Amino acid sequence: MITQWFFTHVDRRGGVAIVLLVALGLLVPLSNLLLPVTSPFHIPTYLVSLIGKYLTYAMLAVALDLVWGFCGILSLGHGAFFALGGYAMGMYLMRQIGPRGVYADPILPDFMVFLNWKDLPWFWHGFDNFWFAALMVVLVPGILAFGFGWLAFRSRVTGVYLSIITQALTYALLLAFFRNDMGFGGNNGLTDFKDILGFNVQAGSTRSALFAATALFLALAVFVSSFIVRSKLGKVLVGVRDAESRMRFLGYRVDRYKLFVWTISAMMAGIAGALYVPQVGIINPSEFEPANSIEAVIWVAVGGRGTIIGPIIGAVLVNFGKTYFTAAFPEIWLFALGALFIVVTLFLPKGILGVYGSWKARNSDHVARKKESAPAAADETLQIPEPQAAE
Amino acid sequence: MKAQNTLLYLDGVSVSFDGFRAINNLSLVLQAGEMRAIIGPNGAGKTTMMDIITGKTRPDAGDVYFNGDVDLTKYDEAEIALLGIGRKFQKPTVFESHTVEDNLVLALSGPRSAFSTLFHRQSRDEAERIDDILYTIRLSEKRDWLAANLSHGQKQWLEIGMLLAQDPKLLLVDEPVAGMTDAETAETAKLLREIAKTRSVLVVEHDMHFVRELDVKVTCLHEGTVLAEGSLDFVSNDQRVIEVYLGR
Repeated sequence: MITQWFFTHVDRRGGVAIVLLVALGLLVPLSNLLLPVTSPFHIPTYLVSLIGKYLTYAMLAVALDLVWGFCGILSLGHGAFFALGGYAMGMYLMRQIGPRGVYADPILPDFMVFLNWKDLPWFWHGFDNFWFAALMVVLVPGILAFGFGWLAFRSRVTGVYLSIITQALTYALLLAFFRNDMGFGGNNGLTDFKDILGFNVQAGSTRSALFAATALFLALAVFVSSFIVRSKLGKVLVGVRDAESRMRFLGYRVDRYKLFVWTISAMMAGIAGALYVPQVGIINPSEFEPANSIEAVIWVAVGGRGTIIGPIIGAVLVNFGKTYFTAAFPEIWLFALGALFIVVTLFLPKGILGVYGSWKARNSDHVARKKESAPAAADETLQIPEPQAAE
Repeated sequence: MKAQNTLLYLDGVSVSFDGFRAINNLSLVLQAGEMRAIIGPNGAGKTTMMDIITGKTRPDAGDVYFNGDVDLTKYDEAEIALLGIGRKFQKPTVFESHTVEDNLVLALSGPRSAFSTLFHRQSRDEAERIDDILYTIRLSEKRDWLAANLSHGQKQWLEIGMLLAQDPKLLLVDEPVAGMTDAETAETAKLLREIAKTRSVLVVEHDMHFVRELDVKVTCLHEGTVLAEGSLDFVSNDQRVIEVYLGR
């Protein structure tokens, strides 16, 4: 029953990805915790956190793919939702420090004492409670995305103009969060975390648990995205991507569909950010950097837009490359990233997964031809039209 | 009220773009169940008139009523589509990365809200309607094809099928036979006459041969206003029509 329900909403590739992610979420922590350090299959804690970080990026990429790949909304500011989710989690972690801070104030985080603040600002209340913080992780990005999208989509801002204002959104938040008066730790952001749900953030077991949670949430994101994309709503979204005004003449309120998927995507990005912060141990305004959001677009493009799974591959590969290059040849990383984007745009417009798809199609086409030397019409049906960039 | 008992009623409609009067004091009345052909030279305002009826363009002046008392100038594209006005564009615009069947699924009349489509499951009735339409537009065999791979004529037909799926009271059809072979043109005329038995149709077309085959009342537009109206023979004998349109 349940498996049948599951497979009506997820295609085979999505199903495989979900199973793999769940397996990864179980096996990596087990290997870290149970295997002796000498075992070749032991995964050291630093690597667990590193892969965990990649997976949160992958989740951001899946969220971005949902709006860009399937609805044609090229967001250059998705990092803002990721960072907001991260800040909500960071605020919870700050409140958990309690009197163990440098200034040992039982209520106020260190930076507030340092700035001579007497009381906790109103918006910090409630963040000592995990469930409240968890709610804010989805609500804050969700409400911001809803308000922003409501204004933008209703006035029919599309294409490159929308991309530019999303970029402006994240830049404005960057400047705002840099200010000490905002009450989010200014330039330094939030760091020096101690506990999450009573467990030491630094401990290997907590790291493993966070990794497992990340893998499971990523699997959930894949499922939710597949569910949306395979529903009739998903078909409407692709229709909006390819011929927006035609959709209106069919009687669809295009702005509401965009708003729906945009808000869902922002919430997903927020959850990714919330999982990111305890694993890297810090959140600061640099997460709002426009360059971060643009990098996320590159992950999606590299992996394959409009494929859900491709962005996960893209995010992990590019970030693995980043980790390697910034350590081995720090001065060429940005050139490598730029070159990668150019190469992918020119030669792999459908990304890694697109290349795999057309290779498979060509292969099965050869088989079909050998079998019955099928007429030309057969390979026509196998063509996958390329989704249009931003309009 | 004059608009009573009419399906579409345009009176004194004007619209200009940057000083250019695309539509100039245009009046046109369509009765329920009527099929009308609109002819006229390029730039006569045929497409702009359709834009006004479907809510894409707001008129500067004049009345536009649907079904007698619905003021179309107060609604947007999606609302007008749901009121029962379907439109086929000059350039066939089908959803190329969807299959033929999914194109019809999207067009099929039914709830249009985001949540109802998210949890939508196709009913047997809907499946039957899609089968019927596929049969009517002769694309049953190609239902799983991507629309991108259809020929030009097949795309035009798919778009007419999408109009049927919308189940509108009024169909606006912009140049349905542009780029079609003679055989396809004849088939399309037959199909439109079939459709016109149960709905009202407004056809814009340049192909006089096709208009003759439709065998309906004709309105000739020129510079955004009605030049002549009547049977095709009457209109094509009008001296001014010959001068601005047919004679050239």
